[in-house]
Amino acid sequence: MMFEPFQRLTSRTIVLSQENIDTDQIIPARFLTTTSKEGLGQSVFFDWRYNTEGRLRNDSPLDGFAPSEFEILVAGPNFGCGSSREHAPWALSDFGFRAVVSSDIADIFKSNALKNGLLPVEVDKKTHQQLMKTPGAEVTIDLESQTVRIGHDWQTVFEVEAFARRCLLDGVDPLGHLIKQLPTIEAYERRRDEL
Amino acid sequence: MNNRQSLFDKLWEQHIVVPETPESPAVLYIDLHLVHEVTSPQAFTVLAERGVKVRRPDLTIATLDHSTPTLPANENGELPYATPAAKEQVETLIENCAHHNIRLLGLGDPDRGIVHVIGPELGLTQPGKTVVCGDSHTSTHGAFGALAFGIGTTEVGHVLASQCVLQRKPKSMRIVCDGELQPGVAAKDLALAIIAEIGADGGQGFAIEFAGETVRTLSMEGRMTLCNMSIEAGARFGMVAPDETTFEWVAGREYAPKGEALEKAINDWKVLASDEDADFDKEIKIDASAIAPMVTFGVSPDAAAPVDSEMPAAQSNVEQHAAEYMKFDPQQPFSANAVDRVFIGSCTNSRLSDLRSAAAIMRGRKVKDGVVALVVPGSESIKREAEAENLHTVFIEAGAEWREPGCSMCIAMNGDQGLPGELVVSTSNRNFIGRQGKGVRTVLASPATAAASAIEGRIADPRKYLEAGNDV
Ligand code: SF4
Repeated sequence: MMFEPFQRLTSRTIVLSQENIDTDQIIPARFLTTTSKEGLGQSVFFDWRYNTEGRLRNDSPLDGFAPSEFEILVAGPNFGCGSSREHAPWALSDFGFRAVVSSDIADIFKSNALKNGLLPVEVDKKTHQQLMKTPGAEVTIDLESQTVRIGHDWQTVFEVEAFARRCLLDGVDPLGHLIKQLPTIEAYERRRDEL
Repeated sequence: MNNRQSLFDKLWEQHIVVPETPESPAVLYIDLHLVHEVTSPQAFTVLAERGVKVRRPDLTIATLDHSTPTLPANENGELPYATPAAKEQVETLIENCAHHNIRLLGLGDPDRGIVHVIGPELGLTQPGKTVVCGDSHTSTHGAFGALAFGIGTTEVGHVLASQCVLQRKPKSMRIVCDGELQPGVAAKDLALAIIAEIGADGGQGFAIEFAGETVRTLSMEGRMTLCNMSIEAGARFGMVAPDETTFEWVAGREYAPKGEALEKAINDWKVLASDEDADFDKEIKIDASAIAPMVTFGVSPDAAAPVDSEMPAAQSNVEQHAAEYMKFDPQQPFSANAVDRVFIGSCTNSRLSDLRSAAAIMRGRKVKDGVVALVVPGSESIKREAEAENLHTVFIEAGAEWREPGCSMCIAMNGDQGLPGELVVSTSNRNFIGRQGKGVRTVLASPATAAASAIEGRIADPRKYLEAGNDV
């Protein structure tokens, strides 16, 4: 998938403070019967946002604002646990998020998000608490320097896997990277066949 | 070569095409790629956009399981799909497989079934292999001493195009289980007890090896249940070193090596064990003899306790929310909660031994009035075997529904689901809010506990049926 290179993002936050927000919450399974990546944003956190008649309840922090001003989701610990569905980052991106910040983010979600231009940012507990307390805060995430800045006086660093970072910063395409390795892959196959 | 390698180290090393560096993950070779309808369409689209072919259709196999109805076709031969989108998803995989020459165990195929059930069943899953699937429960295949893990759709595309994935090596954890499981206690209970002990994120970033006497004495089905649930502790990999139990299971299956090739393979497989002084980043010990049949009481699989205990008081806001969602009163025994539905199935517990264990309890008894019980075999082959033993008659006579194979209520995307507020005792793997339908309250349990709960119409301890002379 093609997405904008990610260098630096300044935006306000939306906070979903629940712990263990799993992929079934992010995008309920009944919306997985799609064969494309588009339009999933409508169904993001569907069961949190809509009542049983399918009407928007408008009482979720996710509704009632201009998505373009709130591109950072701050979430409780163990965000994105559960299934490997890439529909979860697709839905969050399609909704308008470009980064998810938590104290810890589940492995498969993290890896899926990175492949779709949605930056998963794991911060220390103190920064996390600060972010959780201040929904709507203006936050700057800088991937080049791997820093998160809240307002003017709070700054911390975060880790991100080096290859994924390069892919995001420089627009390196992982599939292209693998295809370039085909001769080495073929050599590996031949070596194994001889065993 | 260093002789302090873990099983995981050995499997990993054997599949490195390009080693990991600080700048790049390893390029890891994949021996078996399993594909299903939900997580593959967008991957095939990317291939088409870039004009790339599936590189090794011979190492790729597809099945239909998630969106497929478990009710039979009507008189016109039409399957009762939940939505037109579900049907389209199935048709998309059929087209993609035809186009790329991938063997599809499609509708009507005698080998169709849940992706993690059929891999082992057909002998595709073997010790020493790397196995991936766009599905987090791929860890199931680790039961054979395979390096098996779930990937996302982008990576499904990578494997289709190159037969490799980009991966960094995770840390390693060994969970040593000793002691004999008590009568009425199943591998599912062991899995839930472990997750309760280490937490839903306790395995995050780790590859888990399950070891110890308890694991050695588990059947392959039991080992699969255990490895299946690794992901519920946050670990993408769960594995058990192969042994005679494994070799016996694999031998004779459709895709297993035959004759001399099998002997040679078994010799290779025998070295797939952790060296005696292998290093693990973390080690945990479990006394399996102390484990009781387990049930979950919250909305995360680590909220699990013995079935004969009572609802613990909430210790945090998260637990308080979970308790409110579950509507379980504090200090009340779990058995006080009335059950609306029971689901026996999923890649965790839909194998023949699971069905036998449920049937042992249901035999000659009736599902409580008002309770809907669904029994969904994991594959066409299991369905045939169960029917050959007349297990289906046991279920039907008890008042349960005997369905066509598939994921069914485990993920509730094919129309099989509970209604808002209903309490479902389920042998599947996730009790997340809404997983089995909007507002549904899920209790995870073993097949025996699920069957006992169906009979009593409330959460029930299967052990009392043991005393009545049943073998659970
Ligand atoms: S049975 Fe459930 S967990 Fe297993 S593959 Fe199907 S949906 Fe996933």
